[in-house]
Amino acid sequence: MSLKLKALTKSIWVYHLCTGGSCNNCDIEILDLLTPRFDVERFGIMLVGSIRHADALLVTGSLTLKALECVKRVYEQAPKPCLVIAIGSCACGQGVFANGPTTPNPVDSILPVDIYIPGCPPKPEAMIAGVVKLIGKLKEKK
Amino acid sequence: MLKYLFNFIIFPGFLFTAAVGLVASWIDRKVTARIQWRVGPPWYQPLADLVKLSIKEIMIPRDSYKPAFLISPLIGLSAVILASTFVWLPNLELAKTGFTGDIIVIIYLLTLPAIAIILGASASGNPLASLGVSREIKLILAYELPFIICLLVPIIKSNGLLRLGELVVYQRMNGSFISSPSGILAILVAIFCMQAKLGLVPFDVSEAETEIMAGTHIEYSGILLAVLKLTRFMMMVVVPVFLTTVFWGGFSVWKYVVLLVIIILMRNTNPRLRIDQAVRFFWGKMAAIAVIAVLLSVLGE
Repeated sequence: MSLKLKALTKSIWVYHLCTGGSCNNCDIEILDLLTPRFDVERFGIMLVGSIRHADALLVTGSLTLKALECVKRVYEQAPKPCLVIAIGSCACGQGVFANGPTTPNPVDSILPVDIYIPGCPPKPEAMIAGVVKLIGKLKEKK
Repeated sequence: MLKYLFNFIIFPGFLFTAAVGLVASWIDRKVTARIQWRVGPPWYQPLADLVKLSIKEIMIPRDSYKPAFLISPLIGLSAVILASTFVWLPNLELAKTGFTGDIIVIIYLLTLPAIAIILGASASGNPLASLGVSREIKLILAYELPFIICLLVPIIKSNGLLRLGELVVYQRMNGSFISSPSGILAILVAIFCMQAKLGLVPFDVSEAETEIMAGTHIEYSGILLAVLKLTRFMMMVVVPVFLTTVFWGGFSVWKYVVLLVIIILMRNTNPRLRIDQAVRFFWGKMAAIAVIAVLLSVLGE
C-alpha cells in the first residue's frame, strides 16, 4: 500500500485543461513551473499531452456552457485514480465571472476538485505549495 | 533449457536489460535537465513512473479493435527481450552462442517494436494516433534502408560472417571495423538510424507531443503504457550495444556511454524534423554515405 502511494506521489503527470473561459494567464504561470527557475520535474511532475497518461487534471478558467460537456468527457476519459487541481480564481470560485450569463456553473459543481489554488493568477510558488499540501492530504487519507 | 530461460528472463535478457534501460533513461533525463540549467529528476524516477503506471486503470477506447490494442505492447516487449538476449550473449560468451544468420534475425527483431506500435496505435481508433502511425511507417521505410546497407559493411569486411559471436572474435583478431574508413562511415550512418529507431528528438515525429499529443501512444494508459515505455528504455540499451558489437569490437561500458552521450547530445541540440525532411535525409545523404561505405569495404579499405 505504501509503495503504491509513494509511486503515485513521486510521479504525478499532469494534464493541462483550459476550460474555455480562461484569459490564459494561469496557463502561462503553469508553464512557468517547467522552466529552470522552478523545475517541477525534480519532483517527478511532468506535463503530458494526452489525458490517458494523466494523474492530475489542472483546470484553469471559468467554465463556459459550451465547454461543460467537453470538461465532463475529459474527466471521464482520465484513468483513475485521477486528481483534480483547480488553479486560479476563476476555477476555484467563479472570479469576476460569477454573475456571467455564459458561465453559470462553478468547476467544482461537475468535477470532484481535490485542491483549490486561488490567485489571479496564482504564483508558481503557490502552485507548488498547493501540490505539496495535496500530497500531504493523500498521505493522511491512506 | 533452464539456462536458456535464465538467459531470457533474468541475466542478459529481460530483468538485466530493463534495469540498465531504467538507468540509461534516468541519465538521459538528468543530462537533459542539466543542459537546460534545471536540477532534474532523482535516480528512481523512471522506476517510480513505471510502478505508478502499472497501478493505474487501463482505459480501452470504444472504437478500438481490442485484441490488437491489448497485445501489441507485449509483442514489442517480447521482441526487444529476445533481441537483447541475442545481442548480449555473444559479448559474454563469445563464439559459443548464436547461430549463423542471427544478425539478420536481430535486424528483424529490432524493427518489431515499431511494427507493434503501428499495430496497436492503428487499432486504437484515434485520429491523432493514425497520424502518428502514418509518420511512423514513413520513418521506418526511411531509416531501414541506410541501416541495412551500413550493416553490410562488417559482413563484407569479415568475408561473409553472419554470426554475431564470430564477428566479435574476428574484430578481436583483426582490429575493430571502426578503425577503417568504411567502418567509420558505416557507424556514422548507423548512429543516425539508431536515433530514429529510438524515436528521439530529431526524428520523434510519430509522437510529437506538441503537435499530435504523444501520437502513437495517445490512447494507451496504465500498464500498457508502462510496457511501451519499458520497451523504449530497453531499446535504448539494445541498439547501442548492437552497434558496439557489430562495428566496435564488442561491448564495453565506456563504448556504451559514448554512444549514449551522442544520443543525448543529438536529442538536446536539434529541433524536430518534418517527416519529409527525415525521409529526404535518410534516403538522400545517409543512403549515399552508406553506399560509399559499402563500396570502400568492397575495395578493402
